[in-house]
Amino acid sequence: MRLLTHNMLSSNIKGVTNGFPLLIEAEKVVEKAVDFNEDFLKNMFAKIEWKALVDASKTMGYAELPDNVESSMLDSDEFLQKFHHALLELHLEEGALVCPETGRKFPVSKGIPNMLLHEDEV
Amino acid sequence: MWYLCVFYHRLLEYRRPEVESLAGLFDASIDSTATLQWSLPVDYHSDSPFHLVNLPSEELAQSIASRSILVKGIYEIWGEGRNFEELEEAIKSYPDDRKLPYLTPGSTFKINVDSFGKALSSHEQKDRLQKLSFIPFEGRVNLRNPEHKFCLMDNDVCGSNNGLAPIVQSRIFFGREVAVSDRKLLQTYQLKSRKYLGPTAMDAEMAFLMANLAQVKPGKLVYDPFVGTGSILVAAAHFGAMTMGADIDIRVVRDGRGPDCNVWSNFKQYGLPMPISLLRADNNLPPWRSGLKEVFDAIICDPPYGVRAGGRKSGGRKLLKGIIDPYTVPDDKRTGHIPSTAPYSLVECVHDLLDRAAKMLVIGGRLVYFYPILRDDNSIDTTFPEHPCFKLVAVCEQILSFRYSRVLLTMVKVAPYTEDIELAAKMKHLEFRENHVKWLEEGNLHSAVFSPLETQVNGVSEKSSSKPKYRGKYV
Repeated sequence: MRLLTHNMLSSNIKGVTNGFPLLIEAEKVVEKAVDFNEDFLKNMFAKIEWKALVDASKTMGYAELPDNVESSMLDSDEFLQKFHHALLELHLEEGALVCPETGRKFPVSKGIPNMLLHEDEV
Repeated sequence: MWYLCVFYHRLLEYRRPEVESLAGLFDASIDSTATLQWSLPVDYHSDSPFHLVNLPSEELAQSIASRSILVKGIYEIWGEGRNFEELEEAIKSYPDDRKLPYLTPGSTFKINVDSFGKALSSHEQKDRLQKLSFIPFEGRVNLRNPEHKFCLMDNDVCGSNNGLAPIVQSRIFFGREVAVSDRKLLQTYQLKSRKYLGPTAMDAEMAFLMANLAQVKPGKLVYDPFVGTGSILVAAAHFGAMTMGADIDIRVVRDGRGPDCNVWSNFKQYGLPMPISLLRADNNLPPWRSGLKEVFDAIICDPPYGVRAGGRKSGGRKLLKGIIDPYTVPDDKRTGHIPSTAPYSLVECVHDLLDRAAKMLVIGGRLVYFYPILRDDNSIDTTFPEHPCFKLVAVCEQILSFRYSRVLLTMVKVAPYTEDIELAAKMKHLEFRENHVKWLEEGNLHSAVFSPLETQVNGVSEKSSSKPKYRGKYV
């Protein structure tokens, strides 16, 4: 699971009002190279919850992202490379996503987050 | 300028929409919800492979042909006619300034001779070529690598060949080849060489068509909420898109049939970039954060409509043993618990799909999905699901059996998603559901497709035999 996905997901258990961002329990983090695409990054930038991405990448052992950003930084190649790496190349292979409100763990195994709810959570 | 667009004789209703979609993809000035100008040669009907299309430039024609699955070639017509006399007259009166640059001394050329519905012997080809001797070719013939290619084409007149209704009168076309397509990628991606397959894996040709109708291109994010073995995303990835997929069945997305036979291996097999994300999620209760919207450029899918495979959603009511109350999962069993699922009716599934897509697609983004229709319904104007955020731009039927077809619907998001629209969509959905409840509800579509025909039981099968046997609508 890449951090782009993490940035889109929340806990949708019935009754949970603030299920975002999910906390990451990392057991195994791998890096998987993805082709750099500037346009894609620029498009995505406006849709990303930045703080969640910074916190998530720190949990995954990557602390290079600046805490505060503005769109003018997209002109910097150095920034784009870091953004690219954090968003698309850090990959949670084994671990869990934890609901910030209830503590329910959504397991991540073989890189696939299992977001399906149990019978009593629907 | 008007060009002759010759198609492969397949998937007839998909041909024009594919060209229109590609025109919008390569030329941003073409409004993506508008249609191109089309016409037909004199005496021809729309199911024939010969169509005339007005395109703004030759470059665009080349881009379209290079990406298209159903275009065979695009030609600048120098002349056409009912017989060679008319053809000769037409070619002679075609402006010299359009012809002479391609006939210069020192250039090389080649003329292909083709007849739709008939294989021509080399003798017949030679015979026809002789009749073109009035054209002042000054270059040399080069069959291997010519600078200019020309084509002499006609339509075989032998009645209802090709399962196609006869045309009134055949025409002969002579034109300069502007672009030809390459269907080699269908060979490369054919399902029989695919490592990981499921029962409803999307045929490669159809998957590429879907990607073309969705205007997939590099840097775009494409999502399939019913990803299965990834067969649709493979086509999207081939065209350079970033891909994401979700499925409710964890065995399919996570495990596949082993370490070298799963969704990932299907991408690795062709050297394609892996999906950005695969997850197990429910289309009925998607786990997206509430503020997330307008992230996907296209959503392409084949929803489970209960004929080959039925849909499932969260919220099953399997009784759990040894327990606090019937549906509560005990704490010690929570890890690794496999929740039961409930059937997901087509109506609900399509409603969810449209509503989520309306929220998650960018403006101008495309939703491309299959929708089943029963062919027994003699009503010609089938109504399709609607949504105020979407404009339906293409309806392409593929007949699957005497009983039912699937229709590929292409919708473009034209309006932003608001709370009012969310409410309006629900109303629309209810209205739609009332009118189609007969066969849309869980199970009915399956029985309508597979139950024995009453007419056949009585030995009368008039109804089925009266249906056209070829895959087009012109009768």
